[in-house]
Amino acid sequence: MNSRIVYIAANTFREAVRDRVLYNLIAFALLLSGAAIFVGQISIEIERLVVVNLGLAAVSLFGVVIAIFIGIGLVSKEIEKRTLYTVLSRPVRRWEFIVGKFFGLAATLVVNAFFMAIGVFAALLYVAHKFAAADAMILVALYFIILEFLIICSLALLFSSFSSPLLSAVFAFSLFVIGSFADDLRGFAAMTHGLTRWIATAAAYLVPNFSTLNVISSVAHQHPVGGQLILQNTLYAVFYTVMALSGAVLIFERRNLK
Amino acid sequence: MVAATVLAVSMASCVLLLSHIDKIRPRTIVDDSLYISSPKLVKRASLGFDGLMACIYWTRAVQYFGHRHYLQERSYSELAPLLSITTTLDPHLIPAYQFGASFLAPAPPNGAGQPERAIQLMEYGIEHNPDEWHLYYDLGFVYYTELRDYKKAGEVFARGSKLPDAHPFLKVLAAQMAEHAEDFATARMLWTAAYQTSQDANIRQNAIEHLRAIKVDEDVTNLQIAVARFNRREARLPTSMWELASAEHLQGIPVDPDGNAYDLTIDGRVLVANPDDFPFISRGLPPGYKPGPPKFHTRPGETPIS
Repeated sequence: MNSRIVYIAANTFREAVRDRVLYNLIAFALLLSGAAIFVGQISIEIERLVVVNLGLAAVSLFGVVIAIFIGIGLVSKEIEKRTLYTVLSRPVRRWEFIVGKFFGLAATLVVNAFFMAIGVFAALLYVAHKFAAADAMILVALYFIILEFLIICSLALLFSSFSSPLLSAVFAFSLFVIGSFADDLRGFAAMTHGLTRWIATAAAYLVPNFSTLNVISSVAHQHPVGGQLILQNTLYAVFYTVMALSGAVLIFERRNLK
Repeated sequence: MVAATVLAVSMASCVLLLSHIDKIRPRTIVDDSLYISSPKLVKRASLGFDGLMACIYWTRAVQYFGHRHYLQERSYSELAPLLSITTTLDPHLIPAYQFGASFLAPAPPNGAGQPERAIQLMEYGIEHNPDEWHLYYDLGFVYYTELRDYKKAGEVFARGSKLPDAHPFLKVLAAQMAEHAEDFATARMLWTAAYQTSQDANIRQNAIEHLRAIKVDEDVTNLQIAVARFNRREARLPTSMWELASAEHLQGIPVDPDGNAYDLTIDGRVLVANPDDFPFISRGLPPGYKPGPPKFHTRPGETPIS
């Protein structure tokens, strides 16, 4: 990776930390410790399931919210504060700026997820008193959540490259919701006929399929996740991210910044 | 300083007002509301976090049952829908089947009195978790205890016993159902197995209560036989438990699991001294007896009565 991208990424990460993004970890810790302590008293035999389900759902939702709300401002804020002109007046290409921003945001989310993962495992140890070998599958679920973050970050950047922050947030969040129903969309597409079927199928494949990246329920029951799924999900997330980033770069390259 | 005082006063006012509002709101509205009754709709609305939603709905089901059970309610109209949503959201949530069936099947006030819904729930659970032998055991249990359908119970135990990691007692239970279904020994075996195979305090406590009830039912049956034998031999009824005990060469006055002596009425009926202490007994109850609120007398961890 070239040094300019690394520099922009590091700067983006520093800025996110300075914006007190990691403060969400406090809310997360309170949520998880509260659940670990209280669920045992108000429910029956689901302490472990709640910790895993709630912990991973919180990692995912907190991350998605951060990815969207920071991602949408990455380009527009730089334009608004006119710092973008300073950056682009140096020997930095526009695509390097977009890619650097992406890696900076992704790094922020990975660090955030890392601390949250420590919280999940600590809460799990508190309720179960020991770890089982199958608990390693939680790491796979976390890995898939990080893949989800990559897609969301790239989409937020894509929308941010041509739209206002508010609209970008609406678009990105809508795609997150639609992407969670991706399997249903394909089901609906299969029920239609003719041209509608083609259009519906194309739309179903174009939206990100977040349901395939969600194995939280499965790992909560200590069910194994196949190696093939891990590999193919990784490739899917990488290709989708590259696709959305390429779109962002294409638009940003042609954008008139005067 | 002024702002802090205003903040504290308004916060206290909010809490006070809410507690007053809670008092004037009809409780049934809060307890009986199931805003979305379609399991599929809840699953869609969970945005892929169906495992977490299942935990929330399971907790709601537990709270709903516990609250109504405590109040000695006889209607549990939302219990089955809550369990259906829970298991649709997460078909692998085994406690929802095991406990759900034990909430649904028993007659009120111990349960919802819906054994058919309990069977539906268990069959759904078996369909999605075919290798879980506990579910076959619990389903057979519902057939045995609530429906007295020993043939079906035997079939289910036999199905479960064929699983590779099934507990060996399932085979024994399947055989017992064929010939000795109504024996106390069979009932004792079932509840002892329930106690031994569960680590959950509630299940173990429930098993202990049933084992205590079986002991009482068996004692009363045997004493009633002794009274009849005495009647045949002496052409009259025994006047007291002392007389019966000495005529039958018993070692002292027979006592229930709590150490209280059984009573003998003037018309030769054997009664339990404190029927409220044995919520599951079917014999030795005074005429016209109405059960009080459920009481548990043994703590989890105590050994069951043999």
